[in-house]
Amino acid sequence: MEISEFFHHGFIQRALIAGCFIAALCSVLGTFLVLRRLSLIGDGLAHVTFGGVAVGLLFQACPFYVAVPIVMASALGILKLTDRARLYGDAAIGIVSSLGIAGGVLIASVAGGFNVDLFSYLFGNILAISAAEVWTSVVLCLCLIMAITLFYHELVAISFDEESARASGIKTGRINRVLVLLTALTVVLAMKVVGIMLVSSLLIIPSVTALQFSRGFRATIVISCLTGMISVIAGIIISFMLDLPSGATIVFLNFLIFITTFTSVRLLRKTPAPGT
Amino acid sequence: MKNIVATDRLCFSFNGTEILKDITFALKRGEFLGIVGPNGSGKTTLIKLLLGLMAPTRGSIALFGRNIGDFHEWSRIGYLPQRITGLNPHFPATVEEIVALGLIAGKPFPRRRSRTDRKPVEEAMDLMDIKVIRNKLIGELSGGQQQRALIAKALVASPELIILDEPTTAIDPETRERFFTTLKDVNRKRGATIIMITHDVGTIGQHASLMLYLDKKVVFYGGFDEFCMSKEMTDYFGEHSQHLICHRHENVISNIEGLHGPG
Repeated sequence: MEISEFFHHGFIQRALIAGCFIAALCSVLGTFLVLRRLSLIGDGLAHVTFGGVAVGLLFQACPFYVAVPIVMASALGILKLTDRARLYGDAAIGIVSSLGIAGGVLIASVAGGFNVDLFSYLFGNILAISAAEVWTSVVLCLCLIMAITLFYHELVAISFDEESARASGIKTGRINRVLVLLTALTVVLAMKVVGIMLVSSLLIIPSVTALQFSRGFRATIVISCLTGMISVIAGIIISFMLDLPSGATIVFLNFLIFITTFTSVRLLRKTPAPGT
Repeated sequence: MKNIVATDRLCFSFNGTEILKDITFALKRGEFLGIVGPNGSGKTTLIKLLLGLMAPTRGSIALFGRNIGDFHEWSRIGYLPQRITGLNPHFPATVEEIVALGLIAGKPFPRRRSRTDRKPVEEAMDLMDIKVIRNKLIGELSGGQQQRALIAKALVASPELIILDEPTTAIDPETRERFFTTLKDVNRKRGATIIMITHDVGTIGQHASLMLYLDKKVVFYGGFDEFCMSKEMTDYFGEHSQHLICHRHENVISNIEGLHGPG
């Protein structure tokens, strides 16, 4: 198939548009999560999404809209557990995450009959995204990116040193809530691209790839976005051409870019500059 | 003159353990307070209470004449925490970006940076001699260079009250000298009030107008000259420490010699 012909397919166009927006959003947000050592919150909330999707399927409602409030409430629950119950962040994520999975499995087992639908959410299929889902994704992505832009300096300040940020009058509690709520929405959005099981890879891998370049904060975010978008575009093309699952292909490409960058940067640093 | 900082019978307990008891002191514009005391004496806790990072168990704090609960002008305060332990070596912000973070406290939401921010950032970097490393990542710098960048961040917004928690632990003598000269300038010319925790009593003695010796409670609070001759200082620093610590004041030394007698 000619490459121009490939881009004429409506489902490919929809996948590329939604995929690029979601990848950019995940990459920006992921940079803050990785730096705040909250990478695994994406994984934990993805597991809760599984429970939310199961509830949606049980009541024959749109899983996306059912999952959003459940995942957002869980995100706030993780914060509360960390702050009030003085649990370590990863322990709080572990509790909420396993609860989400357990809830989903129980509902699927009791209700029966929608295991196949649930499976499609677990591993995602961006090539099956509808026009309405594309619009929802694009609008939500733009809103979320705008929110991140508005809170950019606060997010950088608390990522660097939360105590100093608080001492300078930044309401760190509010910023933390904004961050986890944005993550919750992003995770639910991204489940269509790579699926619930692989969603954290879109949050983590582009950011850690960008961190290898050791540039300034804005440059890191731009590189992270580019990495995420390239892996989604290439992943969609390759998965279609080779008839591979799109979500897994995107994750593997992301990893490939990371390992190539990691190795190249280290080799370049070891190589002395000419004339030295 | 209005007090810049005032505490009244401030107490703080954690898990039933008393960390600070009945701390009362007040600072006016342009005063320089050195806080000394043994490890675990509550120095850093006191600073965290003053910054609103922790709430006192009892007592009150007033900043710029207002109760801390009603105080919102945090850009008037510059804070340098004790060395940021666990600073991520891969944190991707440059020195310039970190220094500029010191300006966002005074900005209304959404705290956009403007062109006018450039000048104070340049001046702060110049002051701490970090212009040459402005594009380096903060995590890749040596401990001393990181500390200089953080001092620049604390001073960039020209704060009226500067709170420093052991600011010179990791920096070389030359930079320390320059830092204290700058601090003296900020203190005397701009009238900034300074609170500094330090173990370096010899150096603080050259600059502080007031000393607070803390050991869960106020052991000593008063002028530096008085502190030099106090029993508390001898108990804490040793019998002959006055000669070393009080070297800036001829009269204090002669007083001490008078007290101890010749030889």
